[in-house]
Amino acid sequence: MREKILSVIEKESRVEIKDLAIRLGLNEIDVANEIKAMEEEGVICGYHTLIDWEKTSIEKVSALIEVRVTPQRGQGFDNIAERIYQYPEVNAVYLISGGYDLLVTLEGKSLKEISLFVSEKLSTLDPVLSTATHFILKKYKDHGTVLSRPKTDERESFVL
Amino acid sequence: MRNPLSDEVVKIKPSGIRKFFDIVAEMKDAISLGVGEPDFDTPWHIREEGIYSLEKGKTFYTSNSGLKELREAICEYVDRKYNVSYTWNTDVIITVGGSEAIDIGLRAMLNPGDEVLIPQPSYVSYEPCTILAGGKPVIIDLKAENEFRLTEKELRDAITDKTKILILPFPNNPTGATMEREDLEAIAKVCVEKDIFVMSDEIYAELTYKGEHVSIASLPGMKERTILINGFSKAFAMTGWRLGYACGPKEIIAQMTKIHQFAIMCAPTTSQYAAVEALKNGDDDVKMMRDAYDQRRRFLMNSFKEMGLECFEPFGAFYVFPCIKEFGMTSEEFATRFLEEEKVAAVPGTAFGDSGEGFLRVSYAYSMERLQEAMTRLARFVEKLRKEQGR
Repeated sequence: MREKILSVIEKESRVEIKDLAIRLGLNEIDVANEIKAMEEEGVICGYHTLIDWEKTSIEKVSALIEVRVTPQRGQGFDNIAERIYQYPEVNAVYLISGGYDLLVTLEGKSLKEISLFVSEKLSTLDPVLSTATHFILKKYKDHGTVLSRPKTDERESFVL
Repeated sequence: MRNPLSDEVVKIKPSGIRKFFDIVAEMKDAISLGVGEPDFDTPWHIREEGIYSLEKGKTFYTSNSGLKELREAICEYVDRKYNVSYTWNTDVIITVGGSEAIDIGLRAMLNPGDEVLIPQPSYVSYEPCTILAGGKPVIIDLKAENEFRLTEKELRDAITDKTKILILPFPNNPTGATMEREDLEAIAKVCVEKDIFVMSDEIYAELTYKGEHVSIASLPGMKERTILINGFSKAFAMTGWRLGYACGPKEIIAQMTKIHQFAIMCAPTTSQYAAVEALKNGDDDVKMMRDAYDQRRRFLMNSFKEMGLECFEPFGAFYVFPCIKEFGMTSEEFATRFLEEEKVAAVPGTAFGDSGEGFLRVSYAYSMERLQEAMTRLARFVEKLRKEQGR
């Protein structure tokens, strides 16, 4: 049941529980209970809205930052990751395999704001060895959804 | 000037609901529930194989029967899914859609006057293809009380000394009906007893929502008297690629290949390469689409229930077939008013045979949002009609 519920609400977080139950052929109360349980267990961590900010008048700049750090004895990368994710402008922090350690995604009002964050806050943290900042120029697809072009139904309206 | 036309072709009547189609064609802003093809794009990895094949210059004819690689993949797939084993080089032909397989299958098998049993409501091409092949269509009217399955009695009642082929269109377009193993066993018994061949159109086999699809070819004594027709359009959302296939006894396939060779040469090469990828790595896509259709199917059934509209629960294809007899109108009158007053287009059941009278085909090859809007409008329309009739 969990897998079925999650596969729908991952894409349609606004679906009504009643409708979800109908579509999955499940009991409405069971679905409500299962969702509540998953919220409490932290399986479901939030309900977000996917926004294409480009289409608004609000200025936003996002960047990906590769961060190399010195892991700490007994703590590994957890401590430093925690230090970094406390900043509200930080969107995501991932521990990464390969050429660097942490991938940090950021959102700011301007290039300058992000540059300042990197030079003054991120780089100055003791365990941080180096950073490489990549600004995002255009988002084509985000969270599995293509942002650039709206989909139209090109099928013939009647086919027997 | 002489009459340039064939009498036989001219005699074939165009769809009986021409008038309705004309209205649909003029109404641009209507929302349609009328299509018989998936709303999903062909999965990318399948499209990509088609593209790669073009890049590599695979732009020549294939053998008449189709790519060896594809025929082998089909044999593996049909065995894995439906437990029927065929030999790739003698028992399989790749066609331009399942529809070509229907046409050349009938032409390969029929002699003048042979009767073909066609259960209706069903896909619109069986009857004209039978006529063009020189056969005589004998319609079996399926009944709502049997959930539009073909019963042993209906079959027996329709058989004469001239009966040669039974067309078995399940999962069914337009009703969504499916035949379960017991249903098929009863039919198979009669076919063996009466020495009748079966043309089993299983194009919707992958879209079965209760249990697994059973092919009649897998039942004892049936493989040697069944032409199994399937294709890529519905299962893999590949309608525009025009690719289907038939599996059957080698004597029949050989004659079908002859017609195919002279009329078509071979199925599109690009499509064949893409289809190999579909069969080998497409199971997850099929499951994703089937799950989505199943959710929509349940949503529609529930909507009909809430508006008190009678509809048996179908477990196949992507159609539901609600009954509109309570309003005392023909299917076409109902569909026309629904279109004019609520701007929703659904196909009158009579497009699929007289026994579709009193029903409406609603396709759920549409997004959930579209279906929700359509059901809101249908509920409003149904209420209005009931008020008009003083109920």
